[in-house]
Amino acid sequence: MIDGNGGTLLDVDHLRVYFRIMKGTVKAVDGVSFQLHRGETMGLVGESGCGKTTTAYAITRLLPNNGEIVGGAVRFNNMVVARAHVATEVAEALKRPTWYEEIQAILAKQQAELLGTSATGTPAQILESQEALAHEAGLLEGVRGILGSMPPSDDLKDALQEAVDADLKGWSASRRRRRMEREIESQMSTIRWSQVSMIFQSAMNAFNPVYRVGDQIAEALYRHFPDMSKDQARERVLQLFDLVGLDRSRIDGYPHEFSGGMRQRSMIAMALACNPQLLIADEPTTALDVIMQDRILAEIRDLQRELNIAMMIITHDISVVAEVAEKIGIMYGGHLFENGNIQDIFERPANPYTIGLMSAFPSIKGDRRRLRAIPGSPPDLSDPPPGCRFHPRCRFAQEVCRVEEPPIVQVAADHWSKCHFAKEIYEGTLRES
Amino acid sequence: MQVETAASPEATGDVVYRVENLFKLFPIKAGFLGSLFGPEQYVHAVDGVSFDIKGGEILGVVGESGCGKTTTGRILVRLETPTSGHMFFRGTDIATMRGSELREFRRKVQMIFQDPYESLNPRFTVFATVAEPLLVHGVGETYDEREEMVARALENAELKPAEEYMYRFPHELSGGQRQRVAIARALVLRPEFVVADEPVSMLDVSIRAGIMNLMLNLREQYEIPFMFISHDVSVTRYMSHRIAVMYLGNIVELASSEEVIKNPMHPYTEALLSAVPVPDPKAKHGRVEIKGELPSPINVPSGCTFHPRCLYRREICKEVRPVLREVQPDHWVQCHFAGEIKTRKPDDIPIEEGTCEVCHEYVTPEMPSNTCNCPRIYHAEHAAQLGACPICKKRF
Repeated sequence: MIDGNGGTLLDVDHLRVYFRIMKGTVKAVDGVSFQLHRGETMGLVGESGCGKTTTAYAITRLLPNNGEIVGGAVRFNNMVVARAHVATEVAEALKRPTWYEEIQAILAKQQAELLGTSATGTPAQILESQEALAHEAGLLEGVRGILGSMPPSDDLKDALQEAVDADLKGWSASRRRRRMEREIESQMSTIRWSQVSMIFQSAMNAFNPVYRVGDQIAEALYRHFPDMSKDQARERVLQLFDLVGLDRSRIDGYPHEFSGGMRQRSMIAMALACNPQLLIADEPTTALDVIMQDRILAEIRDLQRELNIAMMIITHDISVVAEVAEKIGIMYGGHLFENGNIQDIFERPANPYTIGLMSAFPSIKGDRRRLRAIPGSPPDLSDPPPGCRFHPRCRFAQEVCRVEEPPIVQVAADHWSKCHFAKEIYEGTLRES
Repeated sequence: MQVETAASPEATGDVVYRVENLFKLFPIKAGFLGSLFGPEQYVHAVDGVSFDIKGGEILGVVGESGCGKTTTGRILVRLETPTSGHMFFRGTDIATMRGSELREFRRKVQMIFQDPYESLNPRFTVFATVAEPLLVHGVGETYDEREEMVARALENAELKPAEEYMYRFPHELSGGQRQRVAIARALVLRPEFVVADEPVSMLDVSIRAGIMNLMLNLREQYEIPFMFISHDVSVTRYMSHRIAVMYLGNIVELASSEEVIKNPMHPYTEALLSAVPVPDPKAKHGRVEIKGELPSPINVPSGCTFHPRCLYRREICKEVRPVLREVQPDHWVQCHFAGEIKTRKPDDIPIEEGTCEVCHEYVTPEMPSNTCNCPRIYHAEHAAQLGACPICKKRF
């Protein structure tokens, strides 16, 4: 495994993604922050519905229509690839008990972001987006004015609500927001696949059955390098086949002629086609047999070494992450519960959920020990429990956990945990309640 | 983390189920012309399997997809009829049983399926689902009696209080609860043998341990023999007393689960175990390179079915199919050279590549390197500098 060298590549900053559904709002990702450096591999682990895939989709801007980024931002190479609109972010912050501090933080952060955003496109588009930016900056000023003039009170809350409501409703408001989306989208489409690429969950079925596999990979190349000739593209595909250990003669094969492992390899080849800096793999080995899984993981380790690309591996299986990653993030109920150096976290977990997850995994190593199940089931994210989202299932839960959302505590140099008692658990001084 | 030792795996009693030379071939429909001129082709799903299951025992069956483990399980509860072979359940041959006898047999055996989202009828309440076997087999005279039995089954499956769950529909239950309903349905008739086909592979990790512990508790309580089918070696080890490793319709190794894990004697088991990921970033282990892919079960290789991929193959392996023989007491292996060849357990496979512990550069298989017992890998020059591994103190 290679240590990260160079600066931050991906910066996910207090990201919140909510889905609007008939019954209300699903808080799929709720305040997730982590950073990924160049050449680093991070494993994002969690159970189904914990928001790990949604996080990846927010980073690549592939969220479905009812999914909205309502807070925070994602920066790739210091470029904003996803961020919440000021009005949405303030409106959402007002719904939380710590709104006063949060809005102040938003003001400082958004100011910097607005200054950093530059417009591109045709002159008319530039004008339009500058207008939208100016409008957003104006709104920011307005919020700042209201906030400065009053102490934290219900009146202040009402005044703020009124200010953002005017900006959230109506035809021109939605038009402005679409404008912002389009702006970021146009930037994103230039880097998607060429700098950030993704291996999807059902990679086995991700290929179009009526096209040859080689042609489908070449298609990704043509999209990003329109000048590429047919021979060049074919040469590059052959190179990629060598890289992932597929036989060159298979380039003209159809997906149904490939075995599961080979399809997964060609999917990886496709993801690597444009030399990305970041590869997001969503459950890359889930549908594969153990032996094939082992080979794909070895392949991933080789690629890390040869190409030095950053990777984010999303999986529910901590043993897969233990095999390939040097950093780990553990998600539960839309929150990032623990993240940092994998060795430290496996040796001294500082979060009750991590401990529960680890003692629920059987292993072929060591003695056979009784597994400890976590009682209950994961929370419903359209109505998450108050306080810590894990408290109904937690062995250590105390009164404070039922009321207050836990802070993110740094327990070691590269080790954070979202728990009221992170320090105590890390030091092993906490008793079960 | 608190470490408790799991209940000691001790099977009791006599043989409940004896399976001898079981075959299941599925014919391939080859179109009109093919059926006229071509030779008839078959998928060899189960290709001569013999084993027995003792009272109160959990027999784990592991293998890759397509190895015939599910088909074997389905034949054992007679959801499939075997092509040939004998299956003696408490002394009676089940293989050719028909009519009312078969019906009586089916009362005694039950199956738990993989996907609790599909194995429950969405229009049945939990009560209707669990009471269905009672109705089918005419158990329980009155409604109240059946309700009582269903309630007991649900509480056994840790759905307490039973009244709260009885009139819910599957969509109102979580995945873990659904699988508990499926377990209650299987156990409501007090079966004498249960086949569980990948019962936890669709469940989330935090739920999975609960279901596994529930099944272990139920086995202890009622001493029902189980057949536990899974592709996950770690899960099977946790659940079973004995493990049967299947490859292309054959059992290639059969022994107590600790014996299979600690002392694999078949080359395929060796490779399979070395491929299992371990939930510990420090536990690096070497890999046995296994050649090629799983052959098609239509054209099964001649001789030993594993020979095209085997590291240890010799001439005889291509021609003669080995038989499953007892190499050591209670350790059965289907290999000509079992005991002769030195297969290695995962820890003994040398690490050929990895990150050097001193300079954190990658050590490729071509570079001169040293490994210690941890196991960690060092560049030869760094190992010479150190003299011994700082952690396990092995001298280089």
